[in-house]
Parts: sequence; structure tokens; C-alpha cells
Amino acid sequence: MKYFIKRLVALIPVLAVVAVIVFLLLHLGSSDPAVLIAGDNASTADIEQIRRTLGLDRPLVEQFFSWLWRILHGDMGVSVFTGLPVTTMIAQRLEPTFWLTLSTMLFAVVFAVPMGIVAAWRAGTWIDRCIMALAVLAFSLPVFLIGYFLIFGFSIKWDLLPVQGFRSISEGFGPFLRHLILPTLSGGLIYMALIARMTRATMLEVLGEDYIRTARAKGVTNTRLLVRHALKNAAVPIVTTIGLGVALLLGGVIVTESVFAIPGIGRLTVDSVLRRDYPVIQGIVLLTSAVYVLINLAIDLLYTLFDPRIRY
Amino acid sequence: MTHRVHPLATLAKPVFAVMLCAAGLQAQPKVIRMIPGGDLKIIDPIQNPSYITRNHGYMIYDTLFAVDSKGHYKPQMIDTFVPSKDKKTYTFTLRPGLKWHDGNPVVAADCVASIKRWWAKDVTGRFLAAETVSLEAKDAKTFVLTLKEPFGLVIEALGKPSSNVPFMMPERVAKTDPNQQITDTTGSGPFILKKDEWVPGSKVVYVKNTSYVPRKEPADGLAGGKVVKVDRVEWVYIPDQNTALAAFRNGEMDVFELPQADFISTLEKDPNVRLAKDTLGCQGWLRPNFLHPPFNNPKARQALLYMVNQDEYLAAAGFPEKYRLKNTAAYFMAGSPNATDAGGEAVKGGQNLAKARQLLKEAGYKGEKVVVLVPSDPPVQAAAAMVTVQNLKKIGMNVEAQAMDWSTLLGRRAKKDAPDKGGWSIFHTYSVGFDVMSPVVNSYIGMAGDAGPAGWPTDAKMEELRMAWAKEGNPAKRKALTDQIQRRAYELVPYVNFGQFYQPMAYRANLKGLINIGIPVMWNVEK
Repeated sequence: MKYFIKRLVALIPVLAVVAVIVFLLLHLGSSDPAVLIAGDNASTADIEQIRRTLGLDRPLVEQFFSWLWRILHGDMGVSVFTGLPVTTMIAQRLEPTFWLTLSTMLFAVVFAVPMGIVAAWRAGTWIDRCIMALAVLAFSLPVFLIGYFLIFGFSIKWDLLPVQGFRSISEGFGPFLRHLILPTLSGGLIYMALIARMTRATMLEVLGEDYIRTARAKGVTNTRLLVRHALKNAAVPIVTTIGLGVALLLGGVIVTESVFAIPGIGRLTVDSVLRRDYPVIQGIVLLTSAVYVLINLAIDLLYTLFDPRIRY
Repeated sequence: MTHRVHPLATLAKPVFAVMLCAAGLQAQPKVIRMIPGGDLKIIDPIQNPSYITRNHGYMIYDTLFAVDSKGHYKPQMIDTFVPSKDKKTYTFTLRPGLKWHDGNPVVAADCVASIKRWWAKDVTGRFLAAETVSLEAKDAKTFVLTLKEPFGLVIEALGKPSSNVPFMMPERVAKTDPNQQITDTTGSGPFILKKDEWVPGSKVVYVKNTSYVPRKEPADGLAGGKVVKVDRVEWVYIPDQNTALAAFRNGEMDVFELPQADFISTLEKDPNVRLAKDTLGCQGWLRPNFLHPPFNNPKARQALLYMVNQDEYLAAAGFPEKYRLKNTAAYFMAGSPNATDAGGEAVKGGQNLAKARQLLKEAGYKGEKVVVLVPSDPPVQAAAAMVTVQNLKKIGMNVEAQAMDWSTLLGRRAKKDAPDKGGWSIFHTYSVGFDVMSPVVNSYIGMAGDAGPAGWPTDAKMEELRMAWAKEGNPAKRKALTDQIQRRAYELVPYVNFGQFYQPMAYRANLKGLINIGIPVMWNVEK
């Protein structure tokens, strides 16, 4: 518990550093949102007036502290463009990203871990080579390319699944699932490959240990040997990889979301960066930093479940 | 126990099934799904002139006047308007039955406030404002515009079809500072924005305004009766053009507003797809920076006229041959009432690199660095910039192509520094015909220095001519002024027209009544 609280407190300086860096990076850049709002025909005076209205003409330090003050009061501000609260805009995008992350990781883990185990168990055979070749292929193909192939096959050619979009689970489980399958496959293959390779590598190491040989000598069945004895001991690096994958996905699967037009956090990040919507970018970065730190904390805590030698 | 079914009940079963089915069909809302040309980020069409915001304006707001398919300006919210004999006073009366989305009646004071907010931001509006003595509501239905002297463009200004469109808003909304975005989306147009369903970057939802009273005349261009024949319109923004094309061809979407130019041929071959090509099209602009060498010299800018081969630019952007015009000399759009070839010999003659080189020599070009801003995202501008870079090299210029995303480019082009100190020499953009077709609406032909857009050309004579054009009511005299303005433009080259092209809108063949005016309005459309 003490360790947990200590880690939570450590979140504060991390977020503070992130906040300062992001704020400076954005505001010292070469573009400002007033130019975009003013449009193609705007004069210098028009742009200046909009900058004044948005408060962008104030000194940088003043802008930073007023933003910080609002953040400390739980107010992330409003989007410079849409006029909507940043919290509303992020909240709108959480559901698609959450489900996409969950389904992608579920898909990846369900296929990757058995693949890795089998590859390690049959190391050097054609099964191992096939699995690893598949993993290399999945790892090497760009996500957008996989996405286009899937769209061409499942949507255009066979008309089985929709090309794009996201349906909330509240609109019915059928449409929800149909819209999630292709993005999950497209985004999940790379994680599947990563986890499968990691599982294979760690399993190979564990399978060479003395206690495995002893278990074999005692007549333990293959399944029991692989799952109870080997996998549990190989779990720490696998869980780390899965955890980092979850953190990356929650941070936004930009390519998958763009190809399949899913309104998730990744798309919001790209859109906000492209139009220099400072309050939204700052809000997302703070949120994703917090998510990263919390997921790392969760991974660290999970280690104790798999390896009782680890104590905090 | 047996249960005997009455024969009538047996008969009734399929009848009920059909009735239920029919009821189900009736209850099914008619929805048009459109892939818009951009993401609706800003909902204020006065503060922001982007086309997506303008299109949003047409969904929820109404206008006093509107242009029909033949370019004639017709009353829309206006019932009658009476100019005084000396043409210095206009009395406008609103038609009956106009209501805001909140149910309150539209009154003259709302229109007065809306016009005043609009003319603070719009180029044409500023011309009108400069000539206005007063604009006041006389009673609930009538307002009066009093001018210093006759102004030839009163109706054209109030019916301006493209950015910034003088959309009417309730007085409480129209009193917002024009540089600040409105948050209240109450309009009086044929659709209502479902703000609770708006997901910026993804989806905008409009529902039919059941209280809207359309004009009796049939829909024609932006004028006539705005009769809504569907229950709901959804704009689904799909950032990836390939996905957008797949979704459209798969029938998930009904309208694809701006398909990429290289998709046009594919779409033409699809029997389930129709393409709407508006009559005016768009015009590409190559804008030189007037503040720094070499383009602070008119001869260097004239060299650009001879350097450009319009067809080469439009082909590079991917437009099939029938969607591009060749060697168009009209600054105010070929096919518009103000089209003229006056002074355009350089363009009519086609590309002449030797002449361009000679003009550069006469301009005293000493090899100064020319910075071309190359955007990575909008395909037309990106292709045009690359062609320019190539051509500038051909005429012996020291060129540096600087690639960046469109947002960075917009920020960069606002800088007035010298090209080698973070400034720029040339950028490219384009505009739709409505925003080019006259010396007043065409903002890039304006030469008001700092008061104009980036590039900052300055020429008092050009501004005088434009004002004279705006005031002139006589068509023949106005035509002479148009020629004069265009000659002046070819002399000073505020921008080079890199080509006139047609950007079609694609729609599914099962849609009927789509209005082909270059703006995706959704009234009159049946599905």
C-alpha cells in the first residue's frame, strides 16, 4: 500500500514536467490557431484580433500559469476551435478507444500466447518456423496496408463487414461487434506478433531450466508442464509487453483509427495537433501520461502475483 | 389439449405482419449520410470563412437573398424590397412565417444585427459598410438601409453565396464580437444542428426543421423553396480518402462531397454513382510575396505568368481532361458574368519559358533564394507547388522547396520576414468560383497591402477601381471597369491563375433532386 501511494505521488512531478514541456513545445512552434480560424482571406489585423480574443497575445508565462491554475481546479479549458470543453471532447472519444484497446489486446493475447508456447515447445521444427514467419510477416506489414487489405476483402469483395465507423455498445451488440472486427484484426496483428515472439523467447529460456527437467522426469503432463511450470515463470516479461501494448493502444491507435474512421483518442490527437488546438492537445497529453504511469504501476503490482520473490 | 385456430386469425396473421412491416418502414427515418470535404471544427460561418463552416451555415441558417442556378439573385427570407428612386435607400420586408429554431419569430432587428456582424468580417460586406449611412429596423418586419451614394451591389452583397455568407442569426447571437465564435446555433434554416450528437472530427448530425416554411417557388440553385424531404442528415468525416471511397462505393454513404481528383475516373465507371459538376468550378492561385525580392518587382511576377502551363498543373493534381480548362485568361472565372480575356495575352499564348527568363533578367534577378511553401496534405496545392518548383528551376531561379503541413503553412505565410529569414516567396491555394467571380468577392485580386491577405500587394489604383466597380449599377460601365481591373491585374500580377478546374461531388444513384451548385445543400433531395 505504501509503495502504491508512493507511486501515485510520483505521478505529480511526472505530469508537471510533461505539462511544461508540452506547453512550451506547442507555444514556441511556428504556427498558431488564430491563423487557421481567420482563414484564407484574412489580413494581419484580422489574425491579430482573433489572437487577442483567444488570449494568445498575452505573455507566455501568463498563459502558462493561467492554464496551470485552471488545471489545478480540474478545468482543462475549452477547445479553441469547437468551443466545447476539452473534457467533453476527450470523453466522447474514450469509448471507441477503450473497446478497440480491449478487443485488440484480447485478440493479440488469445492468439499470441499459445502461438509463442507452441513455437517454444516445438523450437526448431517446421511448426516453430511457420509461427515465427507469420509473426515476422505480421510485424513487418504496415497497419494501414493490413487495414486496406481487410477492407477490400471483407467489405468490398464479400460485403460481410462495414468499411468504417464505430457503433456504441448501446446501439446494439451486433453493430458494435461488426464495426470492431476489422480494426481489431488490423491493429492486433502487430501486437500478436510482438507478444508471440516475446512468449517464445522467454519460454525457451524457462524450458531449459533444471526444474523443468525435474518436472518432466517426475512425469508431469506436457500441458501442465507448459502452463503451470513454464508459462507462470515466463510471465513477467510477457505481462510487461502486454502492459506496454495496452498503454500504447490507450494512448491512441492513430493509424487504425484513421483508416477505419473510428473517432477515438488517436484521431483526436492528430486532429488537434494538425490544427494547433492547444487546450485539447495539452489535455490529451496529460491524460495519456497519467494512463502510462498508472499502467506501469499496474504491471509492477502484477509482477508480485507471478513471482512471489518480488516484494515492494 | 388442442387449440383450434380460427380461419380468420390465420388470414389475419400475414395481414398483421404486412401492417407491422409497413409501420416499421414508416417509422424508419430517412437519413442522408455524406462524407464532407473537411471536418467541421468551427460552427460560426461569420467568424470563420472555411467552406465546411459555410456549408454548415447553409444547413441551419437562412439568407435574405440567394443566387439561383443562372446566377440571378432572388429574395429568400425577404418578401419585398423597395429601392428609392435615387437608389440611396432600400426598404426590406421579411416574408411571413419565418421562425427561429427555438420557435420565436424572426424580426427585422435580428437581420440588422446579423448584417452588421457579417460586414465587419466580409470583403464585400466591408465595401457595403463603407458606403452605408445607416441600417435600422423600422418595425418587426421591415428594415431600412441608407447609403451615402448608390451602391450597385446591395442585393448581390446580401445574397453573397459563398464565404462569408450573410446568414441571419437571432439578435442575441449576432451581437457576439465577430472575432469570437458563437456558441448558440439557433438559426431559421431548413435543418437544426443536433449539438448533443456532434462529435468534432467525426460526425455532425442535422434533423429536419419541421417549422420551416419554404418559399413557394421550386428550388433552383440556392434560391427557391427549401423543401426538406428527409428526416436527418449525417456528415461523417472520414479522413482517409481510400476508406472514404470504399465506404461510399459500398453504399455506407450517400454523398462524397470532395473525392480526390484521381478517384474521378473510377467513380465515373460505377453504375451506382453519379457525379455533379458545377458550372463555375474552382480557380488555382499561385501567390507571390510582394514584400521581398525578386517578386517585389512586377516584371518578376509577370515572368510567373509565362512560366505557368495551366494544364500541366491540373494534370499533376490528377484531374481528368474534361474537368480542367486550358489557358483560361479570365481572372473572374471563365463562364461567369464577369469573364473577360482583357490583358490576358500572356496566359492565352500558353507557357513561354524563354519570355519568362527574359522578364526575370529585365527585373534584375540576381539569384536571390526563392522559398516555395509546399504543403504535404491538400493534394491540389501540394501538386501545384511541386510543379512551380520545377518550373522556377527551368527559368533559372534559385529555388528552395520547404515542405510542411497545411496548418504550419498558414502560420508561415503570415510572416512578413524575408524568405531567407523565415519568410516565404510563393504559396498556392485555390478558391471556388463564387469567391472569385467578381472584382469585389475575389479577395486575392485586392491590393490593399496590410489590410489584405498574405502576399500584401499594394496598389491604390486597383482599390479605387474595385470600389468604383462595386458602386457602378450600369452593366455596360461595370463591364468596362471589369476589363480595366483585369488589365491592371495582369500588369501587377497579384496572383497567377494556375488553372480552372471542376471538383465534382459524387452521390449514389438512388438520390434524386440533388442541387448542383457547388455547395452540398440537402434540401430538395429525396432518397
